[in-house]
Amino acid sequence: MKAPLKRSNAPIFWALFGAGGMLSALIGPMLVFITGLALPLGLLLPADTMSYPKMLAFAQNFIGKGFIFAVIALFLWHAAHRIFHSLHDIGIHAGTGAKLLCYGSALLGTLIAAYALLAIGF
Amino acid sequence: MSEMQKTIEIEVLRYHPEKDKEPHRQVFEVPFTDDMSVLQGVQYIKDYLDGSLSFRWSCRMAICGSCGMMINGVPNLSCQTFLRDYYPARVRVEALAHFPIERDLVINMEGFIEKLESIQPYIIPKEERTLAQGEYLQTPEQLNAYEQFSSCINCLLCYAACPQFGLNSSFIGPAATALLHRYNVDSRDGGKAERMELINSEEGVFNCTAVGYCSEVCPKHVDPANAVNQNKTNSAADYFLRFLAPKGGAK
Ligand code: SF4
Ligand code: FES
Repeated sequence: MKAPLKRSNAPIFWALFGAGGMLSALIGPMLVFITGLALPLGLLLPADTMSYPKMLAFAQNFIGKGFIFAVIALFLWHAAHRIFHSLHDIGIHAGTGAKLLCYGSALLGTLIAAYALLAIGF
Repeated sequence: MSEMQKTIEIEVLRYHPEKDKEPHRQVFEVPFTDDMSVLQGVQYIKDYLDGSLSFRWSCRMAICGSCGMMINGVPNLSCQTFLRDYYPARVRVEALAHFPIERDLVINMEGFIEKLESIQPYIIPKEERTLAQGEYLQTPEQLNAYEQFSSCINCLLCYAACPQFGLNSSFIGPAATALLHRYNVDSRDGGKAERMELINSEEGVFNCTAVGYCSEVCPKHVDPANAVNQNKTNSAADYFLRFLAPKGGAK
């Protein structure tokens, strides 16, 4: 406690974790239901709901892009943070390695998603 | 001890650093009545079976906070835990988890005392008042804001319950954060910026992974987890907004 206090940069990761947690709690189950159950089993929704042309149009729309980006990036940051802390809990301590691996993969996923969404055009 | 006398086994974690290489268990057979607390059980051991047994206690009424022990693995005040809730099974009593053992059931609480000092647990007046100006007045709402967090008796059960403190003892931890919060939200206090430096630091609230066991074991309903969580939000706001309002805290 005697060493000078160093400001933690945890709020960045905590905020992304919180945002991802909120988003996944709100829409995660619905997305699993639509993409994993309803469409493959032909329940409730028209069969072509997620057809290629429709999804392409969705991904080219400004709001659609934002939605896809938020879901991929924030879910990843949420997962990265949770895995990072769980590693700490089971005794693999928060070294630079674990940090790089967890948050690095979230960052990589975020960049790939951003690149792909831009590459797909407007 | 009459033949009808019921007895209960109490298993105690012993450690005398001058002769023991490591802590070991010792079982005592103690006469049992259904109004006996665990503290009375270990007091019986000290008085009649082994005078070398060491433990802390004082008030016997859940006020002083000195008799905390792990009782069957759960942090609790031994004076408010009753043997009848375990009888006829054996009760296991150990020093509070996550702290160095000084002797038997006595822990070394130096680390906590340092933390307590570091949070400046006293009112740093917002405005100096002369005696002639009279007392600092507070509305019931202003009292409400901090009252719950002022009930802490420093029993350290919450530290024994906190897995993150167990992994990293430099974490400021539940009780110290609750007390820090108690002063920060006191309308008479002006020391928040200084205390936030600790909250924001690497020893601060972000060590917490929202387990919540600290609040569960707290005998005084302080709800330290609530204080920690409120300060995560405070700290995050401070982190992102400090460039907008450049004063204090930011380093
Ligand atoms: S917050 Fe509760 S459990 Fe923790 S030291 Fe204070 S009274 Fe004990
Ligand atoms: S002896 Fe004082 S709290 Fe138990």
